Amino acid sequence: MTQSDGDLIDYPIPVVGAIEAPPEWEQLRQQCPVAHVRLPSGDQAELLTRYDDVKQVLADPRFTRSAADAARISENGGVFNSEMGNALPQYGDAHQRWRRMITKWFTAKRMNALRPDIEAMAERLVDEMVKQGKPADLKASLGFPLPVWVICDLLGVPESDRDRFAYWSDTLLNLTRYQQAEIDEAQAAFVAYMAGHIAAKRDEPGEDLLSELITATDSAGERLTDRMLVATGMGLLVAGHETTANMIGKMMAMLLSDRSRWEQLLADPSLVRTAVEEALRYDATAGFGMIRYLTEDVEVSSGVLPAGTTAVCSMASANRDENVFDAAAEMDLTRSPNLHLSFGAGPHSCIGQPLARAELQVVLEVLLRRLPTLELAVPAAELRPVEGLAVGGLREVPVKW
Amino acid sequence: MKIIIDQDKCVASGQCVTAAVDVFDQRDEDGIVVLLNDNPPDDLAADVHQAAAVCPALAIVVED
Repeated sequence: MTQSDGDLIDYPIPVVGAIEAPPEWEQLRQQCPVAHVRLPSGDQAELLTRYDDVKQVLADPRFTRSAADAARISENGGVFNSEMGNALPQYGDAHQRWRRMITKWFTAKRMNALRPDIEAMAERLVDEMVKQGKPADLKASLGFPLPVWVICDLLGVPESDRDRFAYWSDTLLNLTRYQQAEIDEAQAAFVAYMAGHIAAKRDEPGEDLLSELITATDSAGERLTDRMLVATGMGLLVAGHETTANMIGKMMAMLLSDRSRWEQLLADPSLVRTAVEEALRYDATAGFGMIRYLTEDVEVSSGVLPAGTTAVCSMASANRDENVFDAAAEMDLTRSPNLHLSFGAGPHSCIGQPLARAELQVVLEVLLRRLPTLELAVPAAELRPVEGLAVGGLREVPVKW
Repeated sequence: MKIIIDQDKCVASGQCVTAAVDVFDQRDEDGIVVLLNDNPPDDLAADVHQAAAVCPALAIVVED
């Protein structure tokens, strides 16, 4: 794929199937690693598709998503232009101080301690799915509720409010399915709920993340304001829910669409860890990618990106780069090390990645144990991608057992 | 084998602890990497190299 001046590619590039990578990715990596694209907002940006370029730009601490001059994804920008984006420090020392108040909740030790709870939730959801009978939609039955249950627990939100959280998160992050009025309403309702929740936790602290953050101080001795506490809760919800929900559905679709993969895991469940990493790497419907606004010139493998550029980093394309991954187009459940970029890289890499990994691993372990005869209830070719912009996934994952 | 960690770069993904639990740990207060052993025995070399490779912050350097 070559590009002459003024020749714009519309981005996102349409996905061809639910599991296959669009052929444009390889063409772009080979022939046009910095491509001019037009975003749904009409704004223009440069698309990076090579592993080394994507990793370098994502990991560069000088650059972040937000800037007044940066290209916008969609006209309203959804949650990324919201209160959440403005209330929290976006880069530098202040960002790191905020981030390090949160990361203590996602250590390897904490994740190991959390696993039995996640497992119990997954078991309960699988019980309910089995009770309802086959065929079932694995995404709606298990993928969508599990991560929101986990986040509600983390935030000290009671079980009775889980459905509301699920609706808010779905509305805030989907840039196309809902009208702006619905998005604004969901955001206002969420902010109001969280303000009340924080006040209640201040009076009667629990064992949860928010209760502790209310009184915690960062390394400079500063406390978070209420506005920052609300934004932190919103950030954890929108970042941790739909991404993981979709990934559960996609991972299972990838593993079941080729029966030999599922059988390989049944024969050797110790492959769960590497299988999850490979599903993360192999994901072809990963969504938009990550935006970086370049405040200074940057030299990447294929040339200089001038200051003022909005770069769109396609981690999904980078994850298929043959220069980095042997047999990149093959799904290899034993691949190790697997240096995929699905969680980003550098100071802004996904804060909840240990939790996402734990949830994906637990889901896979529980399904292998409980439903070894699990299979797709429709041909893989009939799986359809979701229409939302920010996060990619499958609309449904129909299964039987 | 000598291991150098950069606590300022660390993003607390916990990947190093998963890869080599006898060599890396995380601080309780913020999840940042701590080195339990900067010159571990050779039989841990593969795990240590794995830890350095999978670190999303490139905060671990191993000198053989």
